[in-house]
Amino acid sequence: MLGNLNIRVISEYLPDLWEGFLNTLMLSAAGFTGAFIIGIIACGLSIQPVRWLRGVGVAYIDLIRSTPLLAQLYFLYFGLPRLGVLLPEFTIGIIALALNSGAYIAEIIRSGILSIPRGQFEAALSSGFTYVQRMRLIVLPQAIRPTISPLIGQAIVLVKDSSLLSLISVVELTRVGQKIALDRFMPVEGLVATAVGFLVIYYLLKALAASWSHFNRTNSQ
Amino acid sequence: MIWFQIERLWNYWPVLLKGLGMTVSLSLLSLVAGMIVGLIFALARTSGNRWLSGICGFYIDLFRGTPFLVQVFICFFILPAVGIELSAFSAGVLALSNLSACFIGEIIAAGINAVPRGQNEAAIASGFTHSQKLRLIILPQALQIVRPTLVGQFILLVKDSSVVSAIGIMDLTRSGWMIVQNIPNGLLVFGVVGLGYLIVCYPMIYLSRRMERGTQSPIL
Repeated sequence: MLGNLNIRVISEYLPDLWEGFLNTLMLSAAGFTGAFIIGIIACGLSIQPVRWLRGVGVAYIDLIRSTPLLAQLYFLYFGLPRLGVLLPEFTIGIIALALNSGAYIAEIIRSGILSIPRGQFEAALSSGFTYVQRMRLIVLPQAIRPTISPLIGQAIVLVKDSSLLSLISVVELTRVGQKIALDRFMPVEGLVATAVGFLVIYYLLKALAASWSHFNRTNSQ
Repeated sequence: MIWFQIERLWNYWPVLLKGLGMTVSLSLLSLVAGMIVGLIFALARTSGNRWLSGICGFYIDLFRGTPFLVQVFICFFILPAVGIELSAFSAGVLALSNLSACFIGEIIAAGINAVPRGQNEAAIASGFTHSQKLRLIILPQALQIVRPTLVGQFILLVKDSSVVSAIGIMDLTRSGWMIVQNIPNGLLVFGVVGLGYLIVCYPMIYLSRRMERGTQSPIL
């Protein structure tokens, strides 16, 4: 199957593939930044003491986690114009990615906070720290370390998820691959080039995760 | 206007229900196949044979590192080129089963590695054969450890099944996509579609949370 792969077609489309690759990186970076901010806010809402605010945070997390990204994407794509909000597909894609991953990142941060021993809270409380001080000085510094690996895992998921944006005609790596498939009737070349592009990002992020866990192990002893 | 649209959407309920049925059957078929193949992957990964484990790990990485949409397209567009003609449904089930096998394989392998070493040694010392050891001692404990993670994986499977709508399988997402062409209100149509997924996924999310609660100390 790969023996008669037409390399010339792939090299002909190399500029397009490069543009798609850069767009995938850009979409993912923007989506992850947004998701991180949304995740912190949603996590904060879901663990703070005011009851109805907690309800809002938990409802957001659960709604996102129990519906597929593609349905969320179509919800925004077909739904936002209805509300009079006309945005380019690129922006809608970033919003969908950020809203989707935000819920998962909120859960990651929450479990990081929950992994802190109970005594830390009690000690902070009895030392007379306010809620904000307790969070900023005691809880968050300790909560960040165990979240790094799952966050990189979520970044991997987000990069792969960004391929769904090709379905609302955002030009990224998958879309370019489809273009090769349709222009030249060469689905194998198009899809293999797409897959290789994603695998490069995957292995880079995986190496990052491995070096972090190595660094973490050597520094915590 | 909105009432009119709701009334029209109401007429589509058989389509939506059929789509939900398709989503559930896709997920269930792939779940069963994925569990079986995943278990084989996990045993290969933990067999101690370096070659077997390495090849298996590379295969799993290939599918964990590429978007599921690309995998679906590969099953649907490339397999016919090498002589394997598949209907959209079988291509979808194949892609989904393969993906879940890769993830479940890694999850179960992690569970097997988390079983304390002494259990293994005790089983050998008690004179169990290799298959007895796996079946009676190691696997039951490994599956117990990874239970919450497995439930999480099942939820992901149901949601990933929406991607196969891209090759024309009439699942819940595809039904919504068809309906929104006739009723131009994405908020309403995909709100209902989302509700369908919620009905399937939320009980599982609740279940996995209850399972996890046993292993965590509640703080806040």
